[in-house]
Amino acid sequence: MNTTWLIKNGRIIDPANNTDQIRDLLILDGCIAGPDQTAPQNVAEIDASGCWVVPGLTDMHVHLREPGEEYKEDILSGARAAAAGGFTGVACMPNTKPVNDCRAVTDMILARAGQAAVRVYPVGAISQGLEGKQLAEYGEMRAAGVVAVSDDGHPVRDSQLMRRALEYAGNFGLLVISHSEEASLSSGVMNEGAMSTRLGLKGIPTAAESIMVYREIALAEFTGKKVHIAHVSTAMSADLIRSAKARGVRVTAETAPHYFTLTEEAVAGYDTNTKMNPPLRSAADREAIRLALADGTLDAIATDHAPHSVLEKELEFDAAANGIIGLETALPLALALVREGVIDEKRLVELLAVNPAALLGVAAGSLHPGMRADVTLIDPAREFIYTEEQVVSKSRNTPFLGMRLQGRAVLTMMDGRIRHTLLT
Amino acid sequence: MATGYFFSHRHILGIEQLSPEDISHILRTADSFKEISARPIKKVPTLRGHTIINLFFEPSTRTRLSFEVAAKRMSADTFNISPSTSSTTKGETLIDTARNISAMHPDIIIIRHSCSGAPHLLSRHVNAAVVNAGDGAHEHPSQCLLDLLTVKEHKGTLSGLKIAIIGDISHSRVAHSNIVGFTKMGSQVYVYGPATLIPRDIDQLGAVVCSSLDEAVRDADVVMTLRIQKERQNDPLLPSLREYSRQFGISRSVLALARPDALVMHPGPVNRGVELSPDVADGPQSVILDQVTNGVAVRMALLYLVMGNT
Repeated sequence: MNTTWLIKNGRIIDPANNTDQIRDLLILDGCIAGPDQTAPQNVAEIDASGCWVVPGLTDMHVHLREPGEEYKEDILSGARAAAAGGFTGVACMPNTKPVNDCRAVTDMILARAGQAAVRVYPVGAISQGLEGKQLAEYGEMRAAGVVAVSDDGHPVRDSQLMRRALEYAGNFGLLVISHSEEASLSSGVMNEGAMSTRLGLKGIPTAAESIMVYREIALAEFTGKKVHIAHVSTAMSADLIRSAKARGVRVTAETAPHYFTLTEEAVAGYDTNTKMNPPLRSAADREAIRLALADGTLDAIATDHAPHSVLEKELEFDAAANGIIGLETALPLALALVREGVIDEKRLVELLAVNPAALLGVAAGSLHPGMRADVTLIDPAREFIYTEEQVVSKSRNTPFLGMRLQGRAVLTMMDGRIRHTLLT
Repeated sequence: MATGYFFSHRHILGIEQLSPEDISHILRTADSFKEISARPIKKVPTLRGHTIINLFFEPSTRTRLSFEVAAKRMSADTFNISPSTSSTTKGETLIDTARNISAMHPDIIIIRHSCSGAPHLLSRHVNAAVVNAGDGAHEHPSQCLLDLLTVKEHKGTLSGLKIAIIGDISHSRVAHSNIVGFTKMGSQVYVYGPATLIPRDIDQLGAVVCSSLDEAVRDADVVMTLRIQKERQNDPLLPSLREYSRQFGISRSVLALARPDALVMHPGPVNRGVELSPDVADGPQSVILDQVTNGVAVRMALLYLVMGNT
């Protein structure tokens, strides 16, 4: 497969190298070429006129369901969905069956990932079996290739265990990703407020999230260790993170596209594709999340891509599973923030490419000469209606089906190999 | 009746979807049907040949019986199914059940379910008209309509009244539908109860949240109480029923704050001595049994109207 390309006339947005200009980008043998290197004769050209050329995007929070629930998604199908969405790397959460809490599971995931369309970075479990009792073996998992640890989907109830996880993960340079949720407050199925009252659905208060976000900040502050907050959904969480950062606490955070796009109003028809955890919040929360993306409080946009089949979703709202797929819609939804003036193009690339790679400590998110050529071409004007037939993921659980979206990845390249293209 | 009005609802999912004109029309229709239940031969052929399925996922005595009596008085064929929740969680989903029932071509499915929104889900997967007989903590439209009819009969109007609803507002679909329904018809609903049982932002449905029992009951035209449960799924809502009855129960002395002709209502079943003292429950102001009688008439009207009659 050809790995040498001349990408012509694109707008290169590469915040890591402080670049935003229209020029050509040469890729030689799967790597970004240096300024002194020249294109070979008869080099294959890609016309990127009107497109942005950015470092390949990294999604630091996805569920690929393999091993164990391959009927929802598997590593290869999830990776194809990622490539279609402009991602060249994804970090997959450990809540598989079995749980990724040991070398054997990590090895299996990485063996499969060798055939995948994008890079797959396994996240190991904080606790053995996600049971919240014993630390998992971080040293062994790190050696096998995990990039972070998380009990995502299962909040760590025991504060002592969380403290030990932050401390011990530091020995191995592993980021601890917290699913911040106070379980005793969160037996509901949607945000608690006027909408849950109107629909007669049990609510989850915003306090369920803020309490745990504050616990993680307090532990990170006390131990001096790093913590990363997953899928921030509330204004109060954003405030807590902002003030913690201001006093030097080593806290970072991500949010998901649905939290800056939708609100609890979307639940009105009991569509189970609006059910996720944390839940869609109020308009004021959404506004605060957008502000936090702009001002640096939130470091990354991650999808929390959570495939479920109709078996888990065509049910009563109370009985349906939490979660939606997101890999294929994240970029268009984030581009809407740029059009609406919430963030600029550079910030978009930081949130989707530069920062997630840096948080995971992986070599991506930059178009610096010599780097592996993981590159995404974005056509910010290209409109499309996201129909069921277009979905690349094995699952269809998304509230964005049928919506007209603007802007998408028209080409995704990993190591100079084209993994997805809409160019003719 | 305004010319040009016609009842256009295929399903009765909630009071929220009904306009004041719809509600008035249902009440008028129900009122005209009351006489049938007073005849020596309590049967009309109106729904002869129609198949009505009572699909009750949650135990119910009075609502199911009331719907069944209503259907039979109109000569419909009725069938009762009470799938146990355990069997549905093990295998058959609500949609599977719905499709199976739908394949037998029923005309109306009356559904009660512990999950809010279940009738809405059902209505998207069957050809029959769907009537919500109570979904979770969401709506109980036929109960609201029979309450409206009962108040209308006694007060002559549904506008400008003070309606006090006391008790567990959070878990009560009756409270929810009544707040929406009485507000739509021009009355003002006041709610009061333990703060653990007042749902967040209930004022956005039109209710006034009171800070004392006095404030709620004083000069009320209607005092409605709701069945109370001490605990739900380990959620510590109340210290004890004894304390509830002392702090929030309607006794004769509390009722004296209301208008002298105030109505006492309860959707049943009553915890005697908890929500209402026995002398109030059985007293001259109680219209609890009128509610039950009107329930049959209202449900006859709903079955009649969803079948496209006007």
